[in-house]
Amino acid sequence: MTQNLPEIPDTLVNVDVIGYSNFLVNTGATGTKFLKEIRDNKKIMGIKCPSCGKVYVPPRLHCPTCFARMSEWVKLSGKGSLTSYTVVRYEEPYLPKQPPFAYGIIQMDSADTGMAHFLGEVDLDKIKIGMRLEPVFKEEREGSILDIDYFKPSS
Amino acid sequence: MAERIAIVGVGQTHHKSKRPDVTTAEMCAEAVERCLEDAQMSMKDIDNIIMGSFEVADGYYSPDKWIIPELGAVGKSGLEMQNVGTTGGVVAATGFNIAATGLFDAVLCLAWQKMDEAAGAFGRGGGGTNEYWTGQFPMSPITNFARRAYAYMDRSGCTEEHFAMVRVKQDQCAMKNEYAQLKLGLTLEQVMNDALLAWPIRRLHMCPTTAGAAACIVCPEEKAKKVTNKPVWVEDWFTCHQGGSLTMAEDPTSSTLAYASHLVYKRNGITNPPKDIQAWEVYEPASPAELRWIEEVGLCEDYTAWKLFEQNKVGIDKEIPFNPSGGVTATNPIGATPVVRLVEAVLQVRGDAGEHQIPGTINRALATGYGGQGENVIMLLRKTL
Repeated sequence: MTQNLPEIPDTLVNVDVIGYSNFLVNTGATGTKFLKEIRDNKKIMGIKCPSCGKVYVPPRLHCPTCFARMSEWVKLSGKGSLTSYTVVRYEEPYLPKQPPFAYGIIQMDSADTGMAHFLGEVDLDKIKIGMRLEPVFKEEREGSILDIDYFKPSS
Repeated sequence: MAERIAIVGVGQTHHKSKRPDVTTAEMCAEAVERCLEDAQMSMKDIDNIIMGSFEVADGYYSPDKWIIPELGAVGKSGLEMQNVGTTGGVVAATGFNIAATGLFDAVLCLAWQKMDEAAGAFGRGGGGTNEYWTGQFPMSPITNFARRAYAYMDRSGCTEEHFAMVRVKQDQCAMKNEYAQLKLGLTLEQVMNDALLAWPIRRLHMCPTTAGAAACIVCPEEKAKKVTNKPVWVEDWFTCHQGGSLTMAEDPTSSTLAYASHLVYKRNGITNPPKDIQAWEVYEPASPAELRWIEEVGLCEDYTAWKLFEQNKVGIDKEIPFNPSGGVTATNPIGATPVVRLVEAVLQVRGDAGEHQIPGTINRALATGYGGQGENVIMLLRKTL
């Protein structure tokens, strides 16, 4: 097949276009309770499915397995285990922290799900899957998942 | 040979300007719970899910990743789609296509928009998100419909007062719909004196920003008859895409609605739309658009719809029962809006629309989705096969 392609000039014109505005995120009644417990009481709460008994952290309104509405809150110790992690060593403008830094998935004791967060007060070369962790809360808390500063190794 | 298909259940949220009490996923689950209850089915009975929103106006991408778990639907087959205002229309049309294969028992079509989280983004909807040549000018829905409304006045001889008559009719319908968002008890004077956005469009002429979701369940014939004794048959559907500079030069008042609706009429033997179709739920993002849309779907001659309003012939219990739900200027969760039209049309066919039910038997209903500058989705429903 022969295509009549336009002649490509040496320099092509590209135009910067203004992007979108910021977004608000509604955490809803369930997410709000979770965040307020962190902000006001430094407590991490789970929510339990009335049908299958699984405990979700962070919480959600419906059980992903049963589509049952959940409303039973479970107090957790805050301690948990690292199920997987990565150490970020490259730089990009959108990264939340100056590299190198580590984040991982933490499974809270008594919970069935994993929660993403940063790892801190830890030698980045000595992080191990399965290591025990506990949360470190920020002094100034505003109702955000980042009110937990990071998780550190727990004795 | 395609299966004949029917809608066996519908559900929608009570649409509001803000829903800070729920996440997007939780709001979707609310509509799905209502839809399943209406169909007397459970999530276990659903084996395919087609879902979507106008992603830019939500501020998320690939929201299926966290909405599907909220629906208890992990592991089910399905697709996520997005197509600006027509999103719900392509969601429904795709759901119809999939149900018509007969490969699945029950297809859930879900569409939503939560504009309280990202309305600012949509303000630029005509900008960075559009083709470059038009995107650099304020081609928002407001300015686009202002441009079209003035061209319509120029061609038809109607005045601003006729646009106000349309808005008051839309409000009178919405006042009877428990799910509608804006129920204002408007007078002509209020509309005529409302804040001007871009002449002749006033604030009240434009659809609001809405948080809402809507859903329906589509089944092939055999399954549909087992599930319900009130199936609403999907007789035909069609999606038509157009936009950009070509549309603007051709007819500034028009969209693809005339082409798309008449194509569907032709292949279903509809020769007299006002007689053959008894209920209309047509996506009109601005009050003046309703006049042109009434003409494009074949309810009257071109550029004469304003006379119908002058003669008080449009309304729930009037000669032309157009948008009995109150339509899009009362409620506009953008991506979900075509599914809201479909849900409302289904309720009309079933006789379940409550206070805004059109009197008499509804044998056929037409619902549409509109988006961009000229896209339309046509959904034709029928009471009996």
